[in-house]
Order: sequence, then C-alpha cells, then structure tokens
Amino acid sequence: MLTVDRLHHSYGPDHVAIASLTFKVNEGEIVAIVGPSGCGKTTLLKSLAGLLRISGGAIRLDGQLVSDVPKGLAVVFQEYGRSLLPWCTVEANVQLPLRYQSLPSDVSRRRIKDSLAAVGLLHVAGQYPWQLSGGMQQRVAIARALAYHPKLLLMDEPFASVDAQTRADLEDLVAEVRDRFDITIVLVTHDIDEAVYLSDRVLVLSASPSRLLADIPINVTRPRDQITTRASEQFLTVRSEVVRLIRRQAPPAS
Amino acid sequence: MRNIAFSSAGKMNLSGTLRSFLFRYGLGLALLLAWQLAAMHAESIFFPTPWQILLRAADLWLSGPPQHLFLADGVFADILPSLGRLLLGWSAAIAIGITFGILIGRSRIFSDLLDPSLQFLRAIPGPALIPIFIILLGTETTMRVTLIAFGSVWPVLLNTIEGVRTVDPLQLDTARAFRLPPLARLTRVILPAATPKIFAGIRVSLSLAIILMVVSELVASTNGIGYRILTSQIMLLLTEMWSAILLLAALGLTLNAMLERIERSVLRWHRGARQRTES
Repeated sequence: MLTVDRLHHSYGPDHVAIASLTFKVNEGEIVAIVGPSGCGKTTLLKSLAGLLRISGGAIRLDGQLVSDVPKGLAVVFQEYGRSLLPWCTVEANVQLPLRYQSLPSDVSRRRIKDSLAAVGLLHVAGQYPWQLSGGMQQRVAIARALAYHPKLLLMDEPFASVDAQTRADLEDLVAEVRDRFDITIVLVTHDIDEAVYLSDRVLVLSASPSRLLADIPINVTRPRDQITTRASEQFLTVRSEVVRLIRRQAPPAS
Repeated sequence: MRNIAFSSAGKMNLSGTLRSFLFRYGLGLALLLAWQLAAMHAESIFFPTPWQILLRAADLWLSGPPQHLFLADGVFADILPSLGRLLLGWSAAIAIGITFGILIGRSRIFSDLLDPSLQFLRAIPGPALIPIFIILLGTETTMRVTLIAFGSVWPVLLNTIEGVRTVDPLQLDTARAFRLPPLARLTRVILPAATPKIFAGIRVSLSLAIILMVVSELVASTNGIGYRILTSQIMLLLTEMWSAILLLAALGLTLNAMLERIERSVLRWHRGARQRTES
C-alpha cells in the first residue's frame, strides 16, 4: 500500500537527515519505526504525510506518487496539546476535518459519535481540550484521526508525553481501533517495548543520516495484552534483538 | 485582563466586601472629595466643584422630556455626532487593519511590497494630517472619520500581522494534513489563533480613536463633544467645558467596558487554556 523508494532528504548541504530509505508497508499492517534519537524519524513521517518536499526518491501511496498531502491519510502528533485547537470543543475538533469532505450531515455526526465512543470520550464532547488531562487530549487527537476514516494513520511518538498507565491504555486502544476501523498504521517511537508490543513489523533506522538497518517481523501472537505478552519469551527475544541492533548504532554513553 | 479580582470567593463576608471596595475605589473617592473641598475653598470660576460640573452635565444631557427618555438636545448635538464618527472610524480601522494584517502577515509578497510604506505612514502623527484632509475631504464627517480611521488603524494592523505570523506551526501542519482548504485554514485556524493579539490591538486602537475624535472636533466643526469643549471655553462657560471633559472620560470608560465584555466572551478559551498551562 505504501512504498518508499530510495527516500533521501537533507536540510541543506551539511545536514542530511535521511541518507536513503527503501521499505514497504502492507495493507492492514502496524509498522513501528524505531531508532536512536535524532535519527530523522520525524522527518520521515512528515515526508510520508506530504508535509515536506523531499529532496530525492519517491513515496507512493496505493501507487500514487505523494507530492502534496494525500487523501485518506491522518496524522497524530506527539504534542496533542498543540495540535488540538483550543478554541474548539472536543466535538468541533473532531468535526473540523469532516466539514470539507462533503459528507451528508448524518454520516458526519455518526462518525464523530463512533470515534469519540471508540476512545471512550463521548461524555466530554462538549468540553474544551484544555479542560481535559493529557491522556484524554491525546485520545481526542486519535478520535479526530479515526473520524476522518483514513486508510493510513501516521503517529509521531503519540504516547511520549503521557504517564505510564495512560500509555498502556492508549497502546491497547490503537491495536483495538486498527481491527475495528481496518486501517494501516505507521508509528514512530523511540520506545522499543512499545514498538514490539504494538506492531507487526519493526523498522530499525540507523543514526542520522538514516538508513534502514533492519526490517524485523514481529510474530508475537495476537491478541496481545500488557502483562502476559510483555512477559512472554517470544516478546523478550524479539525485543533484545532490536535493542542490540540499536545499541550498536548509538554513540557510546559517557 | 486588567481587572483581576484578588478575592477568594467563599470566604467573602460583608466587611471583606467593604474593605475590597474601599481598597479599589477609596483613593478615587478621596481625590474627588479633596477636589470638591479645594474647589469650594478656591471659589474660582475656572475651577467649579465636581458637584456643580455634575449638575451642569445632567442639565445639558439629561434634562429632556420623558418621551425622549430624558435625553436633552445636547445629546443630539454633542454625543451622538461624536459617537457616530467614532464608531465609524474605529470600525473602518478594525476592518482595514485586520484585512491588511492578514495579507501582510501571511504573504511574503504583500509584506515586502507594503511594509516600508506603512512604516513611513505610521510615523506621521494623525493630527498633523488635518489640514491636508480638510483640503482633500472638506470639513464634514468624511474628513473626521478618515482621520479617526487613519490614526487608530496601526495597533490593529501590527497586532494582526504579528498574530497571524505566530500561529503554532503544528496547528498549521495539522490543518494541512487533514486537507483543510486554504480559506478554511484562514478562518478556522489562523484567525482564531490570532484573536488574542487582534483584540489587544483593538483595545489600544479604541483609545487612539477617542483622542482623534476629539482632536478632529476641535477644528472647523459644528457639533460634537470636542466642539462643545472648544465653544464653552471661548464663551467662558467653564462648568460646561469641564462637564464635556468628564463626559469624554465616561464615554471612554463605557466603551472600554463594553469591549472588555465582548473580548471576555470571545476569548474565553484563551483564558481557560492559559490558566491550565500556568497551573
């Protein structure tokens, strides 16, 4: 569904963010992209979203070359507080992207209701984002993406700024909505546990300028759950493999 | 917000209310009393007592027949013409300021094209243009409204430019990622994000507009509050002159209070969001 062919991006001659990346994401997969910090993960995600004019290579979504923001794509950013509009209620935030899709109003209303219900926030639809906790705000951002019915959902460190319990809940929420809404998810994270726990495949990037180090299928049985899966032998084996790959790349800690 | 109430609700009792009232208004009342006593003592025709000024004001503007809601002829000769010109000029300033602010703030071409000329125009004090405005526009309403608009457009313009330039890039990225059309990005993201700054500009612009309203009425005019001040001074009706001056203060206070109410309801989200991040 998504193919990335020799993607290259530099911010000027001295700052090459991505050397060359080639990979594929299949329909319905959850793919996690991990790598040491500053490895160009966010650059990659912005390129996939069409928010960045890439310096070289090609990104194709369903065979179509991505040059501007493609249709059927939604993004959830790390800074939920800043990506939600504070002057709109939760409901209006979720509704905003739908307004310009020429949907019949009952369809639009049902989508808003369904997606807010899916993240368990129907009861705060009339409140403003800043009246909610961080975890709830991130759920609003996820609901906004779901209501848009994307084929591809990009998530940029979506759970990096919420507490551990909320994070676990949100991780399970993502797995759940993937099944319910039938979407493909590309998730950028620096948390290897999270990557292994959530995904069908982990792509390991090298330090900047990034290249693809490994493409590891995660054959951990589904459904997964926070306690047994994370303690299972399968999980731990894959996890250590990924950790070793990244360790070899990261500069030695001083 | 300028009017922050430093009170802890719930713990308020009657003496507490009285104390906070005295703290807020005590100095003003004391000064008023001192003025009354000093003026009574001086018995100068140049300095009537505040009480006399108040009576004169009531006579000038509130002594009309009941079917006119007690508004006297003075209201129609002084207050309405002034208020009308003020509101016209000020609204024009707001409309022009916001429109050009968006163009300059969001478009590199407009910014490069207009910025130098605007910086130059901005440096001209409004009242200095009265003579040329009289030649070009005559001595009627058009000239005064133009002057008010010219003088009070700058804070709105500059704050709008600043406001639409400093929209959080993540909000813009989000709007783009969800394929909001350009006009929707403007009306639903950029403008709302800029409203706190725009309102700050509108507030400064109001006080400038009032100043220019008075100044414009001191020259070649036939009505208005400024005209009343000027003529009563010439005719040595000094109590009347003082009344008109106090009327200006009252007008300014009222308009400002109304504006603050509007701002508070429009920017409710802004205060809420800010309190959240500060706490």
